[in-house]
Amino acid sequence: MSAKNEIGRRTVLRGMLRSGAAVTVGLPVLESFLNANGTAYAATGAPLPPCFGTWFWGLGLIPNHWEPAVAGPDYELPAHLAGLQPIRSKMNLFSGMQVFLDGKVNQNHYSGAQGQATGMVSRNGGDYSTSIDTLVGDHIGRGTRFRSLEVTCDGDASASWSARGSSGLNPSETSPLALYARIFGDGFRDPNLAEFQPDPAVMVRHSVLSAVSEQRRKLMSSVSATDRARLDEYFSSVRDLEQKLAFELDRPAPLPACRVPEAGTEEIGALVEQVERTHRQFARLLAHAMACGQTRIFNLTMGSAFSRLRLPGEVNAYHALTHEEPIHPELGYQPGCKWLAERMMDFFREFVQTLDGIQEGEGTLLDRTVVFAFTDHGEARMHSMKRYPILTAGSGGGRMKTGLHVAAEGDAATRVGFTIQQALGLVNGSWGTESNQVSRPFSEVLA
Amino acid sequence: MGGAWHQDVTPEPAGFATGSPDRSDDMSGSIPLRRIVRLPALLAALVVGVSAAPGAAEELTFVRLTPAQYQRAVHDVFGPSVRVDEGGAVLGVRDRGLLAVGARRSTLTAAEVERYEALAQQIAAQVTEPARRATLIGCRPAADDVPDDACTARFVERAGRFLFRRPVTGGETDLYVAVARAAAETLGDYYAGLRAALAWMLVAPEFLFRVERSEPDPADPGRLRLDAWSRASRLSFFLWDSAPDHLLLDAAESGDLLTPEGLERQVERLVASPRAEQGVRAFFSDMLELDRFATLSIDSSLFPRFTKNVEDDAREQTLRTVADHLLDRNRDYRDLFVTRDTFLTPPLAAIYGVPLPRSQELGGAVPWVPYRFPEGSSHVGLLGQVSFLALHSHPGRSSPTLRGQAVQQIFLCRTVPPPPPDVDFSLLQDTYNPDYRTTRDRLAEHRRNPACASCHNLTDPIGLTLEVFDAAGGYRTMENGAPIDASGELNGRTYAGPAGLAEALRDDPRATSCFIERAFSYGAARPPTDREQAWLADVEAELTDGGLKWRALMRRIARSPDFYTVVPGA
Repeated sequence: MSAKNEIGRRTVLRGMLRSGAAVTVGLPVLESFLNANGTAYAATGAPLPPCFGTWFWGLGLIPNHWEPAVAGPDYELPAHLAGLQPIRSKMNLFSGMQVFLDGKVNQNHYSGAQGQATGMVSRNGGDYSTSIDTLVGDHIGRGTRFRSLEVTCDGDASASWSARGSSGLNPSETSPLALYARIFGDGFRDPNLAEFQPDPAVMVRHSVLSAVSEQRRKLMSSVSATDRARLDEYFSSVRDLEQKLAFELDRPAPLPACRVPEAGTEEIGALVEQVERTHRQFARLLAHAMACGQTRIFNLTMGSAFSRLRLPGEVNAYHALTHEEPIHPELGYQPGCKWLAERMMDFFREFVQTLDGIQEGEGTLLDRTVVFAFTDHGEARMHSMKRYPILTAGSGGGRMKTGLHVAAEGDAATRVGFTIQQALGLVNGSWGTESNQVSRPFSEVLA
Repeated sequence: MGGAWHQDVTPEPAGFATGSPDRSDDMSGSIPLRRIVRLPALLAALVVGVSAAPGAAEELTFVRLTPAQYQRAVHDVFGPSVRVDEGGAVLGVRDRGLLAVGARRSTLTAAEVERYEALAQQIAAQVTEPARRATLIGCRPAADDVPDDACTARFVERAGRFLFRRPVTGGETDLYVAVARAAAETLGDYYAGLRAALAWMLVAPEFLFRVERSEPDPADPGRLRLDAWSRASRLSFFLWDSAPDHLLLDAAESGDLLTPEGLERQVERLVASPRAEQGVRAFFSDMLELDRFATLSIDSSLFPRFTKNVEDDAREQTLRTVADHLLDRNRDYRDLFVTRDTFLTPPLAAIYGVPLPRSQELGGAVPWVPYRFPEGSSHVGLLGQVSFLALHSHPGRSSPTLRGQAVQQIFLCRTVPPPPPDVDFSLLQDTYNPDYRTTRDRLAEHRRNPACASCHNLTDPIGLTLEVFDAAGGYRTMENGAPIDASGELNGRTYAGPAGLAEALRDDPRATSCFIERAFSYGAARPPTDREQAWLADVEAELTDGGLKWRALMRRIARSPDFYTVVPGA
């Protein structure tokens, strides 16, 4: 730690506060320098912290075509999943899982994903609950500039499963250029630059937000019970931003793997090639954001679960296609849907490879990350809540084994999310509600 | 345009800087010593100040501003030339068919607060830039590079009254002044200090949310009602989709707004104002789910005439038709289902396949031309417009189910449940079967299957009538070489095509009660209670005989004390 810098920073703060107005500034813990090869902190030998993210694709896979014949490490990827072969050793595949409705109405393309993302299935489409990325982020995500980053690849900002509390989803960023500006624009401090000078204007903004936070007590004292949680979420958002600015005021620890990528250009839309390009850009930006210590949590959706993805000139978008494309009499499946589902797996491979392409000493960014990939239906054609395909990639810094096919038999799909939580050190004894409540992780996956 | 508020009540260029009563003339006064104390002490004073209000029953509830209301509030206070960037995601939640009701359940997520803070910095920078200072700040500091607490306090009190829609308390002013002072000293710039204070006000919950404060109702001490300031906000957002102007705030401050006569005066003024049009537009944008245009994707390779211009124009066509119908012509809401009067642009005329006189020939500078669809045209009323037809279609194909569901949910307030899980649709999917060329043929199969029929009977008879319109809203008579049968049935009434459906909807009492309930829910940002349902039934009985006119409905709702009753936990 640079004592000199610490003093410098406090001096500036004192300058700011010369009037005597003691605006409280929560100082983030300065991260110590890394060791020579950039894999761990030099002072403690502690490895780089784990990262976690969700990767959502709509409309599942083609039933009976993706489940491997055997469980364990020696499984073969079926042809439908051939696209995943290059990352097979760094991922896990889970089959045989379901989401329980417990008598509630199946909000198609919603309930199943909600169950996996939050552990609960709501009575109607409007209710929500804290999602897994928020739970994990509260545990491993502190001390970064962004609590988490949410993105979607088809232009629909509401395509998100991430939430804190019950008052609505975290909207997804639709524009790679806007995300680039958020991460690498104003306020970004290259951790590898020798020069560091806190920006007094940021300090002022930070102090203003601290003042907003101080209002919490005043408002909370008379707020109605129904609104208390909601208002608390607002203040929690303010604190997140406060923390972001505090981060910008701090000298960042050097991160040799950090590179500022090019901004590029963008074309947002629901055509397959547009979605593919947008996804590629987001994958790169999220990877660099993590390599540069800006966040440890991300949520990416390929788009809405009612997927609008389509080929030019095709009358139906992907979602309508799952319900309306006839099953080919000889092939026994919907060929158009199968092709699109395989593109999804190609995109997932590309995402994982992008993380794996960032070398951090001996390992890669993927190695210290867990990616949780989930979908809305087992068989989208029938809005099936059974036989969900679920994937994970990365080992979270050796906390999870990889290369496995886990074949469950009708277990709640929440077991995967719970396993990830256990691997990343959360100490909850169970997760989920009603029949989706689970308390047993897949121990064969835990390292 | 600068918003009718400026025209109504304030001289240009705008804002509170010239429009509000002047209560703080002492520009040269010395800085009160009490302001230079530690912030926590100020906060303590503030907490005491706030909780000093009598009545333990008081409680606060919050309704999030929509992006449009945010923008309008900023423009009302600081003038329309202040840029408020759009874009960036602020998600609305639709509850009971309305984003306005969802706004009572919405909070602001981290990404949204981040965006609003950036916007606040941008707006505060514009307000304090040299060209605007003289008009917007309302006083000059003693020097540009040091704090001037008196000037800051004056600005905070005047701006705060509009931004928070109530007077800023002394304790709050002290806080803002303290932050402005600290920032001015740090950055050596008075205006940078002011910027910090204003940015704070713009991210404060009192600005980003409509804070509704309740008090015991003197007429019925067991009930809670909104206090005068909250009543002013509810009224203004209901009728104008914007924050109260200074006359409304004055009426709240004097207590006039809490009297029946005072309330009536303000309701009449607001309903008669040109700004009522933005209220109508906001309500119908919400009810008709026009926000969904943001994610509409009609395939332009299949429908080459359906360009981005058409999307924008289709939305505007509907809003123009509604505003013209309800305000300019003072017509019955129910006739919106059957009206043939509308407005078109050249791109829209191409979709509708009608010749359009050029606007120049009509002497208009804008491309909008009034147009009346001829008798016999299927383009009747709101359901015959591109906005409705395209929003409830697939990218390349019309959908009777989506359209029928939309009619049930939007106009009849009826929920159509989603299909159950694990249902095999394969019977319906064979688009290549020569026996099933039209959608009607295939959906008939749907309605024979009991698992599907209960819901599809709600949607398909309505939607199949609209099959004479393709996914882009254009008229057609054939599908896959077979003639389209547009006959249908609603409430036991049969008809041959869209005009008959439109008449059946106009005459359906559920359409009337649905509309009145939506209007109330929109204004109150919550659904009516049972007691209020009964009251709304009375309103319905009163209004439907004389014609369901927009202004009459607004008056009837807004003048009723029930509209300002607070229902704990609702």
